[in-house]
Amino acid sequence: MADLEKGFQEWKENKLDKTVNNYGERKDEFKTGSNRPVKALYSPLDLEDIDYLDDINFPGQFPYTRGVYPTMYRSRLWTMRQYAGFGTAKETNERFRYLLDHGQTGLSVAFDLPTQIGYDSDHEMSKGEVGRVGVAIDTLADMETLFDQIPLDKVSTSMTINAPASVLLAMYIAVAEKQGVEKEKLSGTIQNDILKEYIARGTYIFPPEPSLRLITDIFEYCSQELPSWNTISISGYHIREAGSDAVQELAFTIADGIEYVESALSIGMDVDSFAPRLSFFFNGQMDFLEEVAKFRAARRLWAEIMKERFGAEKAKSCMLRFHTQTAGAALTAQQPQNNIVRVAIQALAAVLGGTQSLHTNSFDEALGLPTEEAAKIALRTQHIIAEESGVADTIDPLAGSYYIESMTDKLVDEAREYLDEIEELGGMAEAIKAGYVQREIQESAYQEQKAVESGEKVVVGVNKYKEDSKEIGDILKVDPNLEKDQCQQLAEIRSDRDSDKTEKHLKDIRNAAINDENLMYPILDAVRDYVSIGEICQVLREEFGEYEAKIF
Amino acid sequence: MKIDVDKILAGDEKTVAKAISLVENSRGEAFDLLRELYLKTNLAYLLGVTGPPGGGKSTLVEKIVSRWVDSGEKVAVIAIDPSSEFSGGALLGDRIRMGKIATHPDVFIRSMATRGYLGGLNPAIFDTVLVLSAAGYERIVIETVGVGQNEIDIVSLADTTLVVTVPEAGDEIQSFKAGLMEAGDLFVLNKSDHATAHKMELILKQMIDLARSDDSGWKIPLIKTIATEEDGIGDLIEEIAAHKNYLEVSNLELDNKKKVMKNHLIHLLEEGLRNKYIEPLLKDKDFDHSVDEVIERKKDPYTQVSEWLSDFGEGV
Amino acid sequence: MSENIKVLIAKPGLDGHDRGAKVIARGLKEAGMEVVYTGLRQTTEQIVRAAVQEDVDVIGLSILSGAHSHLFPEIMKKLKDNGKDDVLVIAGGIIPDDDHAELKDLGIKGIFKPGTPINEIVEFIHQELDVA
Repeated sequence: MADLEKGFQEWKENKLDKTVNNYGERKDEFKTGSNRPVKALYSPLDLEDIDYLDDINFPGQFPYTRGVYPTMYRSRLWTMRQYAGFGTAKETNERFRYLLDHGQTGLSVAFDLPTQIGYDSDHEMSKGEVGRVGVAIDTLADMETLFDQIPLDKVSTSMTINAPASVLLAMYIAVAEKQGVEKEKLSGTIQNDILKEYIARGTYIFPPEPSLRLITDIFEYCSQELPSWNTISISGYHIREAGSDAVQELAFTIADGIEYVESALSIGMDVDSFAPRLSFFFNGQMDFLEEVAKFRAARRLWAEIMKERFGAEKAKSCMLRFHTQTAGAALTAQQPQNNIVRVAIQALAAVLGGTQSLHTNSFDEALGLPTEEAAKIALRTQHIIAEESGVADTIDPLAGSYYIESMTDKLVDEAREYLDEIEELGGMAEAIKAGYVQREIQESAYQEQKAVESGEKVVVGVNKYKEDSKEIGDILKVDPNLEKDQCQQLAEIRSDRDSDKTEKHLKDIRNAAINDENLMYPILDAVRDYVSIGEICQVLREEFGEYEAKIF
Repeated sequence: MKIDVDKILAGDEKTVAKAISLVENSRGEAFDLLRELYLKTNLAYLLGVTGPPGGGKSTLVEKIVSRWVDSGEKVAVIAIDPSSEFSGGALLGDRIRMGKIATHPDVFIRSMATRGYLGGLNPAIFDTVLVLSAAGYERIVIETVGVGQNEIDIVSLADTTLVVTVPEAGDEIQSFKAGLMEAGDLFVLNKSDHATAHKMELILKQMIDLARSDDSGWKIPLIKTIATEEDGIGDLIEEIAAHKNYLEVSNLELDNKKKVMKNHLIHLLEEGLRNKYIEPLLKDKDFDHSVDEVIERKKDPYTQVSEWLSDFGEGV
Repeated sequence: MSENIKVLIAKPGLDGHDRGAKVIARGLKEAGMEVVYTGLRQTTEQIVRAAVQEDVDVIGLSILSGAHSHLFPEIMKKLKDNGKDDVLVIAGGIIPDDDHAELKDLGIKGIFKPGTPINEIVEFIHQELDVA
C-alpha cells in the first residue's frame, strides 16, 4: 500500500495537478446526481476499508452485495414487468394479453385513483378520475374480466395497491379460486407499503396505526395461506420521484422496512416466518454509476440489518429482492424521443445493479398515458439489454471497479447516518408524523429544481440543446363514457346480489376491525359475494378514521 | 376599490375577503371603510393561540372551532405565518391543517403573512379583526407559529391567550420568551400520551407558577390533550369559557380592551408617521449619503436624527 | 419583488403527486409572493372557497391524473358563480397538448408542462397581473 500511496501522490502532483492547472477542468466541482462529490480518479486506495468477504462476498452469500442468487441472470433473466392499466378491466385485459404475447413475462396492474383510495366508481370523490391512471375495479366482476384468459398459475402479478391492498389481494385469490388454481401456486406482489404513501405518493386512507395493522394481517394471512406471495413491496421509487436523492431513497426505504418488521414482531410473529416474503422497489435514475452502487448498497444494508438487528436466521430473510422502475421524473415533455435513451441508460443500471424485475417507462409519459407503440419500445429496450448487450452473461460485472465499490460503501455509511437519526426520532412512523422525512425530501426536490434552473444540472432539451417544441403524435385517450358505463355496471351488480348477504359481510368486517381479528378472512368472504371495494373501505373508514395530511 | 359596507355587515364572504385585502394592501384607502365599521361594531371575542412549531396547534384550533360552530357560533380564524426576510414572500401552510372545518359555512379562514413590520405588530391584523367582527363572526381565533417577540405581540391582541406545548418541546420551552409565559392565560400540553409528558408537565407547572404571580384571581390551568383523538378538548373548551367568564365578571375585559386599543393607537400613529415622514426620507437619495457621512464620522448619528426631526417639525 | 401577490396552490382530485406543487409554492415564495397551499385531495368546492376567503390574485392548479378535463371546468364554473372570476388561473402537471385549447377557452390563462422553470411562471404571473 505504501508504494501505491507514493505512486498515486507522484501521479497526482506531476501529471494530474499540472494538467489541471494548465488547462482546467470542465467544471469547478463534479458531483453525482445526488450531489455527492466525485473525484477525478478512484484507485485501490479508496478500497482500503473494504473487506471483500465481509462487505461484498460472492453472489448468493451474505451480505449479498453482488446479488441474491448464486447464478443471477445466467440461469434466468429478470422479470420484464411493464406496469399497465387504464380504462376498463376489459381494455386492460387486452393490453395485458398483448404484452404477454410480445414477450413480457409478468403482469403489473395499475389501478385508478378511486380504487387506490377505496372509493367505488360512483362515489362523489371519484368524478373525473375513473379509469384515468389505471384500471377501475369496484367488485370481483371487474377482477374476473381483468384476468380473463390469463392463467393465474402461470403468470406472476404485481399490483400497485396500498391502503386497500387486502381487498384487491382477496379479489385476486377469489379469481384464482374460480379458475381452479390453488392458492399455493399464486405468485406475485402487492405493493402494500403505506408509509411511503404518507411521505410521497398520497394514496393513503387510514391513519398509520390501523394501516400497519392491515399490513401485518396480510403478513400473517400469507405466511399461512399464500406461501409464494410477496406480501409487500417496500418502495423507494416514489420517495425518489418526490424529489429525494439516492441516499435518501435508500435510507428511507430501509427505514420503512425496519418499521414493518417491528410491527410484525410486535404482534408476535417470528422474523423468519415473514421476512423472506418482503420485497423492495427502487427507482432507476440518471446517474448511471451512482444508481448501480445504490442497488448494491441496498442489498448489503438490508442483509446486515436483518441479521444484526433482528437476528434473522434464514438466509432468505436477509436477501433484498427488488423491482426497479425507470424514473418518471427524469422524463421530459420537451423532445420526448430523448426519453427512449434515458430509459435505456436507467434500465441498464438496474440490470447491472442486479434487479429481479424491471419496468421501463414509455417515452411519452410526461405528456399523458403511454400509447401501445411507446409501451412496446419500452419493452424492447429491455429485450435489447438482455439479448444484445452481453451484460447479463456474467454476474455483477461492475464489481471491483474502484469507483463502484467505494461508492457502494459510502452509500451504506451515509444511509446508516439517516437511519440513526430516524431511530432517535422514535422510528419511521414517528419521523413521518413529525414531518421530518417529508421536509428532507422537499428540500432535496427544491435544490434540484434550482440546480436545473441555474443550469448547474443539465437536462438535455430542457435547459440545454433546446428546440422549439414539436407536437408529438398520439396520446392515449380514455373513453369519456367509461365512467358512466362503469357506474352503471356497478349499479347492476348491486341490484343483482343478495343484499342480506352484503349486510352480513360488512358486519363481519366491522366486527373483525373492532375485535382485532385478522381482516383478510372476512374481506375474502365479502369479495366472493361481490361486495365492493368502496363498501368495504367505508366500514373500515368508520372504524379506523381517515388520515389527514397536515404537514407542509 | 369600492367596498360595500352593508355587504360586510351582512357577512358576504367575498366582500369580507376583499375588505381584508384592502386593509392589508391599501392602508390609506382602507381607513374610510374602517372608520365606518368601527362605530358600528363590537369587537369579537378573540382567542390567541401560539407555541412552538410541531405542537399540533392547528389541529387543536380545528377542534376548538369545530366545537364552537357546533354550538351555533360563527367563527373566524386568522392564521399567521412569518414573511421571509429575504424575499418578502411567505408560505401560508395553516389552511391545510384546518381539515374539515374549512368547508363549514359558519367558518371563515384567512391566512396572513406577518410582512416583517418595522416596529412590531402589523396594524392590519387588528383591522382584520375589526372587519371580521363587523361581518358577524362572534369568535375569532388568531393562530401564530413560534415563541418569539412577534408572537407575543400578536397574541397580546387576544382576550384569552392559549400557549400550546408538546412533551418533545423540552428545550424550546426553556428558551420561551418570558413574555410568552406571562401572556399565557391557559397552557395546553398536547400529545400528552407521549412517554416524557409527565416530566414536561412538572416543568411547565413550575414555569407557570414563576411566570405570573399576580393576585388577579385567575389560576392558570394546564390542560392535557391529545388533539388527534379529541382527548381533553372538552376540558379545554370549558377552561376557555371559564376565562371568558372571568374576564367579564372581573371587569378585566375592559382593561384588556383599553390596553389593546392603546397599542393599536400607537401602532396606527407609528404607521402614519412612517408613511408620511420616514418612508419618503428612506426613498430620498440623500439618505444613503447621510449614512455614509455618519460612517465616515463627518457627522454623528444623534445630530443627524435631530436634524431630520426638526425638518419633520417644519413639515407639520 | 412581487409585493403582495397572493397565490393559492391547489391539488384538485385524488392525485397524490405533490412534488411539483410544493416546489412551485416554495419558488413563488422566494420570488416574494404569499402562497397558500391547500394540500391533497381538494374538492372543487374547497378550492373555490379558499380562493374566495383568501382573496388570492392567482390560483395554480396542479394535476397529473388526467382528471383536469372534468375538474377544471367545474372549478371555473364555481369561481364564476362565486363572483371570483377576476382571478388569474394557471395550471401545471401532465396536461396533453390536445387539451390546451379547451382549457384556455375556459379561461385558464397559462398551462405549464413538467420542466418549466419557476422563473418563467413568475414572469407570466407578473405579466398577467401587470406588475413590474
